[in-house]
Amino acid sequence: MKKINVKEITPVIRKLFIDANYYIEQDLVDKMNEFLEIEKSETARGIIELILDNHAEAASEKMPLCQDTGVAIVFLEVGQDVQFVGGNLNNAINEGVRQAYKDGYLRKSMVDDPVIKRINTKDNTPAIIYTDIVDGDKVKITVAPKGGGAENMSEVKMMKAADGIEGVKNFVVDRIIQSGGNPCPPVVVGVGIGGSFEQCALLAKKSLLRPLDKINEDSVWAEVEEEILTRINDSGIGPMGLGGNTTALAVNILSKPCHIASMPVAVNVQCHCHRHKSIVLE
Amino acid sequence: MSNEIHLTTPLKTEDLEKLNVGDKVLISGKVYTARDAAHKRLVELVQAGKELPFNINGAVIYFVGPAPAPPGKPIGSAGPTTSYRMDPYSPTLLDVGLKAMIGKGQRGTAVINSIIKNKAIYLVAIGGAAVVTAQSVTSCKIIAYEDLGAEAIRELEVENFPAFVANDTKGQDIFKLGKEKYQNK
Ligand code: SF4
Repeated sequence: MKKINVKEITPVIRKLFIDANYYIEQDLVDKMNEFLEIEKSETARGIIELILDNHAEAASEKMPLCQDTGVAIVFLEVGQDVQFVGGNLNNAINEGVRQAYKDGYLRKSMVDDPVIKRINTKDNTPAIIYTDIVDGDKVKITVAPKGGGAENMSEVKMMKAADGIEGVKNFVVDRIIQSGGNPCPPVVVGVGIGGSFEQCALLAKKSLLRPLDKINEDSVWAEVEEEILTRINDSGIGPMGLGGNTTALAVNILSKPCHIASMPVAVNVQCHCHRHKSIVLE
Repeated sequence: MSNEIHLTTPLKTEDLEKLNVGDKVLISGKVYTARDAAHKRLVELVQAGKELPFNINGAVIYFVGPAPAPPGKPIGSAGPTTSYRMDPYSPTLLDVGLKAMIGKGQRGTAVINSIIKNKAIYLVAIGGAAVVTAQSVTSCKIIAYEDLGAEAIRELEVENFPAFVANDTKGQDIFKLGKEKYQNK
């Protein structure tokens, strides 16, 4: 058994959330530049340039890329030969979130009760934590702060097997077209297919973690992704919905087996402020 | 379709009538911030016939909840929030003199009709470009509802704040026109 003291986790979480909010990943920058080359609308090109400029300014000024610094989502992949000691792991993670949002001048956007009281918790906790148990004695931590604007455009649908692959494609394309300018396009489209009601939503969210320069390992799904992406970009919605050819930067699909009676599909919409950072604790 | 036009607040109807969807505007002067919770309170004040915390005649409201200001800066990152959540409140404020709203995303029919009726405009700022946007803010002070934190009403002094005209006084809507222009192109 390898022992990891949870007190070591707090500063790691703190740094990951600050870094995710200040520094965009290179794959996103590269994708934006690719689309800048082919974008036909002058307004749209101006917007893309402004977003690229914002990446540079955020990094040099050490300010969050977007004022919506998101709900604090944490993915853990815990090797089964690891034992956490020295306290409660969830508390250690929440303490890291608390410190990141205070010390990094990040906005606190969580309310305690979702409907009745809606009082701000003032430290952006609680984090939303997902844990997978894997082989080995390492721990991989990924943080993905998620803004409300794009998240609100997401949807889960319990489709019928008879809807087939065309039904899936139409559902995803329509979801993005109906979202228009709301989720700050250009977006990254996360799609989860199969599993159960809640697993397909989680698959959609996890699919967003695939680097934007990697195509789907399954060639059949890779083709579906390509077709959905083309149809979305043919819509003309464009950056911020003001018209153009750049509505989505990528479509990422993850699928799992499901029940004979079901075909759940989830679309998790991610804005161009596509923030995530990972670390492996050896 | 893009011209660059300077606007100074408070806004006058004559200035707005010249604008067309797609125009890029650079706003200077005072701008007030408000999100969902502050809008609710403002509309309650109007309905009760009470005075608002700022002069709404010719005013500009920016839908934003900024990040905390880091040391030495007037404001933290400050991009727009999604506007449709303000749709239930905007017509009431337009009726009492509000001239422009800055946000992101399309507006509902009732808001668009109220924009035409009141000769107002709806502007879109670039979501996620929140550091660059914050750089046009020269000062920021909370003037009402401090208890709302990021959602409190702030009076911003801005210089050349960049935004695009999305709904103009003539009833044009860029979310329809832009899409049609680039569909299958
Ligand atoms: S959708 Fe994304 S870029 Fe737009 S305001 Fe929200 S977090 Fe920022």
